[in-house]
Amino acid sequence: MNILHFFAEHHEEILELTLEHLWLVGASTLLAVLIGIPLGILSAQRPMWNRPVLGTANIIQTIPSLALFGFLLPVPWIGARADRLAILALTLYALLPVIRNTYTGIRGVDASVVEAGRGMGLTDRQLLFQVELPLAVSVILSGVRVAVVVSVGLATIAAAIGAGGLGEFIFRGLAMVNNQLILAGAIPAAILALSADFGLGWLENRLRPR
Amino acid sequence: MERGSTGESAAKTVIEFCGVLYVLPNGKPLLQGLNLTIKCGETLVFLGRSGSGKTTTLKLINRLLVPTGGDVRVNGASTMATDVIRLRRGIGYVIQDVGLFPHFTVERNIGIVPRIEGWSNDRIHARVHELLEMVGLPPEMASRYPHELSGGQRQRVGVARALGADPAILLMDEPFGALDAITRDQLQQEFLSLQQRLNKTVVFVTHDLREALRLGSRIALMEAGRLVTVLPPQEFLRSRDPLAAAYLRAFGERLDAVANRGTS
Repeated sequence: MNILHFFAEHHEEILELTLEHLWLVGASTLLAVLIGIPLGILSAQRPMWNRPVLGTANIIQTIPSLALFGFLLPVPWIGARADRLAILALTLYALLPVIRNTYTGIRGVDASVVEAGRGMGLTDRQLLFQVELPLAVSVILSGVRVAVVVSVGLATIAAAIGAGGLGEFIFRGLAMVNNQLILAGAIPAAILALSADFGLGWLENRLRPR
Repeated sequence: MERGSTGESAAKTVIEFCGVLYVLPNGKPLLQGLNLTIKCGETLVFLGRSGSGKTTTLKLINRLLVPTGGDVRVNGASTMATDVIRLRRGIGYVIQDVGLFPHFTVERNIGIVPRIEGWSNDRIHARVHELLEMVGLPPEMASRYPHELSGGQRQRVGVARALGADPAILLMDEPFGALDAITRDQLQQEFLSLQQRLNKTVVFVTHDLREALRLGSRIALMEAGRLVTVLPPQEFLRSRDPLAAAYLRAFGERLDAVANRGTS
């Protein structure tokens, strides 16, 4: 049985697991953006926060993913459902690139532009929303892009704790020593990662200030 | 503040430094007890080497820096007792690197202060075009982005932006320092005619003696965080102060030809 045949036969299940996968990646990326961008802004504006914030995000990144799933298991509400747990773990991993790029993007805004803005009487808020963030947006987006691509890959491991997603195929294929099953998980995951990379890369270029 | 008749308003003090100290957090003093008053409608030029404290002095006026000691007064009120945003919006600020917002068109750059001050779109539009004409730029420049402009055009936009909401005070930190000689000469000439029309209180920083002589109504010579002397250009040329004399020697002959004679 060739692989295309297999895909045709199992397209419903593939679609279902892909959607689950997208849910895990989408929800965790959204959370990482909602938490990471404010933290990045904070560490760019208050040097005091820079080390603890980036340091913590860095340390999280070093925890092996399977172990992180294990650590989070006893957390009340979170540990009760596998997808919640997976989303939280993926969020934690996605934080570092988002925070780091937000920080770098804001710090990278030309000092004379900031000085001119401040000298003219822009408030901190006006400076942030009208100058710093618009000028940092492409750098921030490239951090989000990295986060998404990494999450697509990492989310396959979520199947190990029963959170579903394309990892289901991969683990099943590993257990049954069936390459077609592994590919049925790996190929859609790779396509997801590549399209996210391409799409966000395109957006990043569009939003890059001249 | 209105421009009014030059007679009495020219005598009015706009900016006042009273024993102003500025010390860096590491203990290095940048300004050691500055006393100086700047009058309405004059162009006061701080002349000095890099590190002499002239830019520091300028930034104390719009409170980009906070004095360690003493008091800076603008329009009679201590800058520390004034709302910093209100203070800055009443003071135009032009810097050497211009600092135009690269993601804004020329029109949005020039109109930024009026916009955050809540002017109507029509009024901003009219003001922007008035300012473009004032700084010698054609109206079609309004839709350009800063990266599409030459260095001279960019600084013209910088000046127009500083004049946006018609502030009575203009701070200029080596605004023409990064320009080529011909463009600089042109902009200096235009500054003089603009200043004759607008009669702003201008505080100007430069290390170029020729520029100071040409543009200043008074020159404040700075060295190592101290004010050495304050003189009108014609008197500066005859000054016996050793530092002033060193400047005159360094810049060579025929300086009297450029000196501002108060042509208004």
